[in-house]
Amino acid sequence: MLRLEGAQIVQGNFAMTADMALEQGQKYAVIGPSGAGKSTLLAALCGFIPLAQGRLRWHDADLTDAVPGARPMTMLFQDNNLFPHLTVAQNVGLGIRPDLRLSGQDKAKVEDALGRVGLQDHADKKPGALSGGQQSRAALARVLVQARPWLLLDEPFAALGPALRNEMLDLVQDLVGQTGAGLIMVTHAPEDVRRIADQVIFVAGGVAEAPQPAQALMDNPPPELRAYLG
Amino acid sequence: MADRTLAISTKSGISAATLVVVLILGALLAVISRAEVGAGFVPADWAAVRFTVWQAFLSSMISVVLAVPVARALARRRFVGRSVLVTLLGAPFILPVIVAVLGLLTVFGRNGWLNITLEGMGLPTVSIYGLHGVVLAHVFFNLPLATRLLLQGWQGIPAERFRLAAQLRLTPWAVFRALEWPVLKQIVPGAAALIFVICLTSFAVALTLGGGPRATTIELAIYQAYRFDFDLGRAALLSVTQLVLAGVAAVFALWIIPVMSMGGGQDRPLLRWDARGGMQRCGDGLVIVLAAAFLLVPLAAVVLRGIAGLGQVPVTVWQAAGQSLFVAVISVMVLAVLALPMAGWIAARRSGGVEAIGLLGLSASPLMIGTGWFILINPVLDPSSVALPVTALVNALMALPFALRIIVPRLRDTIQDYGRLSETLGLHGWPLWRWVILPRIRPQLGFAAGLTGALSVGDLGVITLFADQERATLPLQMYHLMGAYRMEAAAGAALILLALALGIFWGCDRGGRIHAEA
Repeated sequence: MLRLEGAQIVQGNFAMTADMALEQGQKYAVIGPSGAGKSTLLAALCGFIPLAQGRLRWHDADLTDAVPGARPMTMLFQDNNLFPHLTVAQNVGLGIRPDLRLSGQDKAKVEDALGRVGLQDHADKKPGALSGGQQSRAALARVLVQARPWLLLDEPFAALGPALRNEMLDLVQDLVGQTGAGLIMVTHAPEDVRRIADQVIFVAGGVAEAPQPAQALMDNPPPELRAYLG
Repeated sequence: MADRTLAISTKSGISAATLVVVLILGALLAVISRAEVGAGFVPADWAAVRFTVWQAFLSSMISVVLAVPVARALARRRFVGRSVLVTLLGAPFILPVIVAVLGLLTVFGRNGWLNITLEGMGLPTVSIYGLHGVVLAHVFFNLPLATRLLLQGWQGIPAERFRLAAQLRLTPWAVFRALEWPVLKQIVPGAAALIFVICLTSFAVALTLGGGPRATTIELAIYQAYRFDFDLGRAALLSVTQLVLAGVAAVFALWIIPVMSMGGGQDRPLLRWDARGGMQRCGDGLVIVLAAAFLLVPLAAVVLRGIAGLGQVPVTVWQAAGQSLFVAVISVMVLAVLALPMAGWIAARRSGGVEAIGLLGLSASPLMIGTGWFILINPVLDPSSVALPVTALVNALMALPFALRIIVPRLRDTIQDYGRLSETLGLHGWPLWRWVILPRIRPQLGFAAGLTGALSVGDLGVITLFADQERATLPLQMYHLMGAYRMEAAAGAALILLALALGIFWGCDRGGRIHAEA
């Protein structure tokens, strides 16, 4: 269980509260109006914004003050998920060892991960030589080798076309299914929620609400969510 | 927006900054310890202060005032060779002072091209020595710098505004007031302040073209007090004066000095619809030709004379070239060790007060630091035995403010773009530098290293205090040759020095850019 207990996240004039328990293996969609704090919630989970109040716990460990690299999660951002000056294989390898001193076994792992996202022939290319979809796949290959219990997505596929985005979401679903990781993804699209999410965290009015089952919520949204969905 | 974006260790940055402060303040304290209390200024010292300020003021004013029409002409005209000319505007920055002086002497000197022409026409000749010679050399160096800074500002005006101005059929005067004047107002004070500070601590120009009671800068007075009279007390007093003067000016200037750009994009002329009249076209053309001639003729003179003189170059010149190369390499290494952690520290902070420490290097005069270290070293070692390392160190300190101006913005962008990713991957310490920061800032680092190496190889400053015959660098050796009126050999040495400086700059800059993916 990943628990946010009485958390308050403050950033300049913006403040939001969150109190929830998230179960590993579940897929959570974070939805809500622009500027409501979806990305801020993920940034706080990941450790980029310190909690002003409350605790973040993972099983018995207190993560509140842990640095981002030491948390049981990995995050894909809206952009800059790959270092453009490193090859695809190096980018993936960083997920295993930050100093890139890879053993033969590590290299095999990288190759395997690239194979699983369909990039086995692109290992030595720089990200600039890949298409947008391939870049997303490379980032996902790194997520695979990192093998953290949680994967956080802050709309990394927003720049892709609808077909490609669905392809990526299916790939994500496969990957978390294989690794048993929990997924927390920000999205604007109700169809993404239906496609992939088990639970929905609705963020609005300075509150990140506790997750509710996706199916039921989308079929019968409360007034606030209805206003957002339109 | 993030509170925690990248864990660049601030410890090494603080250590490097502390080291810089200690090196400079240590020299200062050593100097102060020797300054005789109550010795006071003699009239010659006051004359040096007055001359220093006056020549710096004149140099900065003339450079900036002349730079305005040149930058304006370059901003709105397109012609063959324009981008080459804009690139060449950067050359004086890495041109060894003594080389430029030789070029200026060849053109404006007693038996120079100008005087020969004047004589042939039966007109009185001009002398390059004294105030106007010093100012001439300073303008030669700083007019291109001011032009580049202004050009950068001019090209920052969005093309849409010129389109709008064309639609409104604004007169040239109205275009100037509405579009160009705001840019000038923003950049001119900073450019003038930067040039003023640079000229305040000018030494080599004053050494070669100034001198005498009426044209001695404080730096030159320090050198004379030390070298000719071995009067450490007076040298110390002058050093403190210099530090206060340049320090006040530099702190003041820090707030208005514009950002140094690598010059990317400056060769792209704006598409403009104004200034199409014949008069304006002729005027711009004339300005460009005159500016180019002022810049290129002395350079051409160095090359022509140098080729002729190469055969007369004594073997000591080649030895000196080796020493200079050694100094430059050490300088670049010291610079990297100081500038990288400091840049990391500065870039990770939100406000940049730390840059002031880098600026200390600009305001603290090289000769003051040299004098201070001489006083510290003298009881322990023969100072001339460490002449080259001390020179390299001082040169690195001098280049530090420029290097920081070049590296910090890019480093800031890198943190902005890749800080979070690096954090989630747990990249810290050396791996962070090795895999993220250094590859990202490599072009800027190469450029800064090139500048440092070129400045260092051509520096004629602190080496004059320390060196004996065996440890002369190439600029010093060249100065000796000029002093002995062996002008042809000096010209040969100048060509070698020019090639060395440009070669080092080109090599480092190229090394930074090659295979550097965006």
